[in-house]
Amino acid sequence: MSDAKTEGQANPAAGAVPEEECKDCSRREFFARLGMGSLVVAGVGTGLFSYEFFSPNVLFEASPIIRAGKPDQFAANTVTLDPQSGIYLINGPKGFYALGAVCTHLGCLTAWKPELDLIACPCHGSRFNRDGVKVAGPAPQPLPWLKVWLSDDGYLMVDRSSPLKAQEFVKV
Amino acid sequence: MATTLKAEFDRLRNTSVWRTIFRSGSGSSNLHRSQAVQQNIFLHLFSVKVRSRALEFKPTWYLGALTLSTFFILVATGILLMFYYHPSVPQAYADMKDLQFVVASGVFLRNLHRWSAHAMVFLVFAHMFKVFYRGAYRPPRQFNWVIGVFLLLVTLLLSYTGYLLPWDQLAFWAVTVGSNIAKAVPLVGQKIRFLMLGGNEVNANALLRFYVLHCVILPLAAVLLVGVHFWRIRKDGGLYVPEKKNP
Repeated sequence: MSDAKTEGQANPAAGAVPEEECKDCSRREFFARLGMGSLVVAGVGTGLFSYEFFSPNVLFEASPIIRAGKPDQFAANTVTLDPQSGIYLINGPKGFYALGAVCTHLGCLTAWKPELDLIACPCHGSRFNRDGVKVAGPAPQPLPWLKVWLSDDGYLMVDRSSPLKAQEFVKV
Repeated sequence: MATTLKAEFDRLRNTSVWRTIFRSGSGSSNLHRSQAVQQNIFLHLFSVKVRSRALEFKPTWYLGALTLSTFFILVATGILLMFYYHPSVPQAYADMKDLQFVVASGVFLRNLHRWSAHAMVFLVFAHMFKVFYRGAYRPPRQFNWVIGVFLLLVTLLLSYTGYLLPWDQLAFWAVTVGSNIAKAVPLVGQKIRFLMLGGNEVNANALLRFYVLHCVILPLAAVLLVGVHFWRIRKDGGLYVPEKKNP
């Protein structure tokens, strides 16, 4: 009720000014809006520019495709960690396959524990078997299976960028 | 002797050079003394008069002032460390080792910086608990509490960004884990991590980004917020001092 009263009192006073004293009000309002509008455009532009600026266009990071080695370097039934590239190359009964060695929890590099027959993460205690399946710890996903193939010159190649959906083995 | 010194100091305070710097000049009237505070850029944030009880140990345990002191130590030692540190891979690690074993007083400065950083985080929390349990966050000081929360965040970010700079195993894996926590943000997590690290892995770009944040952007943010924090103390009626129960 009191709100309605104040509005009723304020409105005629506010309405009276533009008609009598303010002949260029619409022009002023136009320029005010133009100014505010251009500030908004500049602000959005600055945001986009900053986002683009802070996203590097060229990265000097290692290639996702790595040459793991010759097949005869990996003895039968062994799990070999390459800490530089962060992959395991496993020579299993069905053939060669590769797992990502970076823990799916928070990105630490895991290690192969032959005495436990497990892959273990030092950071928060996640454990995986040699198929990458989690057996303990907080990791939300299994270790990813990576594409492995034999190059023309006889090296085992691994692509770290595209995890496989199903298990694949390379027979040599 | 004392009177001579005092007279000499009064004469100095009335010279034209002194008066151009400190406009208030000599005199011990309330006006002069309040002007001495108002007209000094470093002091004008504070009120010209405070309750004497606000200066006692009990209301604050001086936790805010101690936090500021650690911040000053961190700025001073941090600037000195910057003279011997290159934020590049793998030079950063070697520079950190040089600071420990080669640079004169390097190990002292590095350890002072490290321990002050730990102390500052501890003191910020202690300060917040003290303010909280005394109820000093209540109106009219509620906005200063909000500024304080932002200062807490800046302090933690300074700690986190500084953690990467030694470029040792601890730093590398801590930031790997930390940036993967940021990745867990729904929808934009991957982008946040990419912008944070300047790439997909913790590498030279990440080190440089953390260095700039640690040495320029976050300290400037801290100084700005500390300025507002101190100014608000005056605007909100001085430090919170409860009424005496039995006068």
